[in-house]
Amino acid sequence: MPAYLAKVYVSYKPTVNDPQGLTIRDGLHTLGFAQVKSVRAGKYIEIRLEAESAEQASSQVREMCRQLLANPVIEDFRFDTEPV
Amino acid sequence: MRFGVVVFPGTWSDTDCYHALGAVLGYRVDYVWHQQTDLSAYNGIVLPGGFSYGDYLRPGAIARFSPVMASVARFAADGGLVIGICNGFQVLCEAGLLPGVLLPNSHLQYRCQWTNLRVDNTMTPYTGTCRPGQVLRVPISHGDGNYYADEATLTDLERHGQVVFRYCTPDGEATPESNPNGAARNIAGICNQQRNVLGMMPHPERCCEQVLGGTDGRFIFQSIASYLEALGG
Repeated sequence: MPAYLAKVYVSYKPTVNDPQGLTIRDGLHTLGFAQVKSVRAGKYIEIRLEAESAEQASSQVREMCRQLLANPVIEDFRFDTEPV
Repeated sequence: MRFGVVVFPGTWSDTDCYHALGAVLGYRVDYVWHQQTDLSAYNGIVLPGGFSYGDYLRPGAIARFSPVMASVARFAADGGLVIGICNGFQVLCEAGLLPGVLLPNSHLQYRCQWTNLRVDNTMTPYTGTCRPGQVLRVPISHGDGNYYADEATLTDLERHGQVVFRYCTPDGEATPESNPNGAARNIAGICNQQRNVLGMMPHPERCCEQVLGGTDGRFIFQSIASYLEALGG
């Protein structure tokens, strides 16, 4: 079966406060990067999986995001899949 | 009257709960390993504090797949009493047994301190021995206790009397200064609409003896016992 690599990005919804991102922004300002307007921190997850097709790989990863990788109350997700 | 204290890998407040319920308050109590699925012996289930599965991904996110959790959900659906404390509250939210989620504290600090809790609903199995508006002194110990739900859910919780505890001043005022973690509307503990599932961030099991600095935790466990006694448990 073909193998795929999924790169999953999980981030807080825009309405959820992100104190970690605010702290990183302040750190960048302290370093002199005054042009930084905002920072949002999130999670990056790599998943290797086997699937019949790219579509099947995508639908499996979407289910993984819905059931575990992201909490729909606070988080959004997006992902790319590529053959490996 | 018999309580089960659930133990996940990484749970750390299980011995505190066991001690408070057993040695201090005199109830029968067992540890329930997370692989166990038979809860028929128990009148109440405690999901204690700690760092189940290392808090990996999100606090409580992995624990909810433990075999015991399907049984806890059935136990709750049948009206059984389930109290989640600290990490147990996080697990109940991740499992969908309570609405909302516990975010990292707004200041990103781990807080281990005493807090004042105002009892906003005394018509629950967990607060029946409290006076309306009574202030309980109960410690917290967490890094992710910042209760979050969208505005519609928060309004719904308040309308149905599901906000059981709020962080407050010693006089019972829910002020921003008395909120230790940024929780929405100072929420420290909520219950489901049926009132039989409670989640709270503060640790009542750590304040049942004067030698530990306070005994207000007894109000919660004795409320549970009174409720069960009235049921004939």
